[in-house]
Amino acid sequence: MSRRIELHDLSCYYGNRKVVDRITMTIEPKSVTAIIGPSGCGKSTLLRAINRLHETLPGARVEGRVLLDGDNIYDRSIDVVDVRRIVGMVFQRPNPFPTMSIHDNVAAGLKLAGVRRRDLDDIVEKALIAVHLWNEVKDRLRRPASALSGGQQQRLCIARAIAVQPEVLLMDEPCSALDPISTLAIEDLIAELKNDFTVVIVTHNMQQAARVSDMTAFVTVDGPGHPGRLVEYADTKTLFSVPADKRTEDYITGRVG
Amino acid sequence: MKSPMRVGTRETHDRATPRAQTRRRAIGDVLFERSVWLAACAVLALLIAVAAFLVWRSIPAIRQDSANFLTTRTWLPDDTPPVFGVAAIAFGTALSATVALVLAVPVAIGSAIFVTQYVPPRVGVWLGYCLDLLAAVPSVVYGLWGMLWLVPAMTPIQHGLATTLGFLPFFADPQGLTRQASRSIFVVGIVLAAMIIPIIAAVTREVIRQVDPGLREAAWALGATRWEMVRIAILPASKLGIAGAVLLGLGRALGETIAVALVLGTSFAVDFHLLVFGKNTIAANIATQFAEAGSLGRSALIASGLVLFAMTMLTTLLARAIIYRSGSRERSAFA
Ligand SMILES: Nc1ncnc2c1ncn2[C@@H]1O[C@H](COP(=O)(O)OP(=O)(O)OP(=O)(O)O)[C@@H](O)[C@H]1O
Ligand SMILES: [Mg+2]
Repeated sequence: MSRRIELHDLSCYYGNRKVVDRITMTIEPKSVTAIIGPSGCGKSTLLRAINRLHETLPGARVEGRVLLDGDNIYDRSIDVVDVRRIVGMVFQRPNPFPTMSIHDNVAAGLKLAGVRRRDLDDIVEKALIAVHLWNEVKDRLRRPASALSGGQQQRLCIARAIAVQPEVLLMDEPCSALDPISTLAIEDLIAELKNDFTVVIVTHNMQQAARVSDMTAFVTVDGPGHPGRLVEYADTKTLFSVPADKRTEDYITGRVG
Repeated sequence: MKSPMRVGTRETHDRATPRAQTRRRAIGDVLFERSVWLAACAVLALLIAVAAFLVWRSIPAIRQDSANFLTTRTWLPDDTPPVFGVAAIAFGTALSATVALVLAVPVAIGSAIFVTQYVPPRVGVWLGYCLDLLAAVPSVVYGLWGMLWLVPAMTPIQHGLATTLGFLPFFADPQGLTRQASRSIFVVGIVLAAMIIPIIAAVTREVIRQVDPGLREAAWALGATRWEMVRIAILPASKLGIAGAVLLGLGRALGETIAVALVLGTSFAVDFHLLVFGKNTIAANIATQFAEAGSLGRSALIASGLVLFAMTMLTTLLARAIIYRSGSRERSAFA
């Protein structure tokens, strides 16, 4: 399963400060969409509005609508826990549960979802194989996750996110802590994930956006203190070869940001 | 010829400055290191001095005790022959502290979780200040409150507990004592709990606030409910700090003097009947007896203080050892 995401006039605030301004875009199911833009333009904030994580910060709020296959996730009748089980997330900084074992980290979401204990091992193994971590950790699944390297921790976090079989996977610069080989492995993984999930990835790496994504959204700010706006949203090939907007062109050719 | 020389001078000059800086930094370093060493040694020396004082002053009493100091329950050091031992008061100390912990720990941790996770941060901070005020209330005030308000208020409740749940060993009342007076270990436990809850809660709150927000978000993103988030992200990460907070509370409960002396009815019984009048603790015994005690009596009280000192040290060390072992072994436990 995989879902279509529609953002309608989505604005995000921290207190009174608007950091994302009325973004409207549609993300097709079984596709990879890259969000690019200069630092501080609100990419992470935008992403965190799609699984309702934004609102967990004090004073943070959202205006507008986010539809998953037509259902507004901000509707009163929707349980936020259900939203987050459908929309998984991988963070910029690896955040495994440090006191839990490697196995338990991957199983954490499964246990919350009530997966039977005897099915856990199997799913954990599959998830770890999918992120190319299995061979490195198969002999120490019961050891604490904090003993892994940063890159291994990030792959563990991806395994944890995909183990629960979400329908949408949000990735916030998932490779910024990884070496080139792990990065390529993750990119391959993203290509595979596309068969099952809708993937939205924030990246600073233009080559990566070009390699992994079908569609690319360019978000930027008019100046310091201004909220992020969607400048251009197009087919990745088109956006990188013939950008429609001058600001996009400046950004992708390295003249800004 | 000229230019290399000039280069040479400049080089020596350039090198001299960083070296001076290094030396200055090194002096600062050494000073700092010396002073932390000194501080650490001072703490240790203080501890040794206290222990030495206690041992030195207790020896005469223990020598002259006509009974076994560790197993005797009565406390009659100024009789002839002197008969006294710490069995009853050490037991009462441990029992009252245990009751206090059992009552205080869930409330303290629960309130810390509530204040940090369940209310808006600004409200939480204010609630925290209010709870902190409770920690500043002097123990004599708690003692007066316990003696003048809680004891009468608890008398019917304790009697009710004894009649309905009397089949449980802790709530038994074999001599029908709960009818009139309730100056019991249970009431003392409540007073002690009220005293240590603010301390445990304050430390726990700060420990919880220090938990990496990334862990909370990891739990949220997996679709955890608030309680599940607390369980898988907050509590494991703050386990050691919370244990430290509980130890702090335990220390205060074990050593509390005036509040216990005011509330608890005195007896030297050794039993688990929490609701009945009486029992005694080392600290309260010292407070109530010291003024009237003779020279041997004072020495005997100091000897009981040594036992209290040893009990506190032992529980601290034991708890540290448990924490240490659980930290290294139980890592894969996902309760
Ligand atoms: N917790 C917060 N409280 C207040 N303002 C915030 C908070 N987090 C982010 N901001 C502000 O919101 C704006 C957007 O931040 P965001 O993290 O979404 O940017 P980003 O595009 O992800 O940047 P980067 O590429 O550096 O990760 C920034 O100006 C930032 O200062
Ligand atoms: Mg970001």
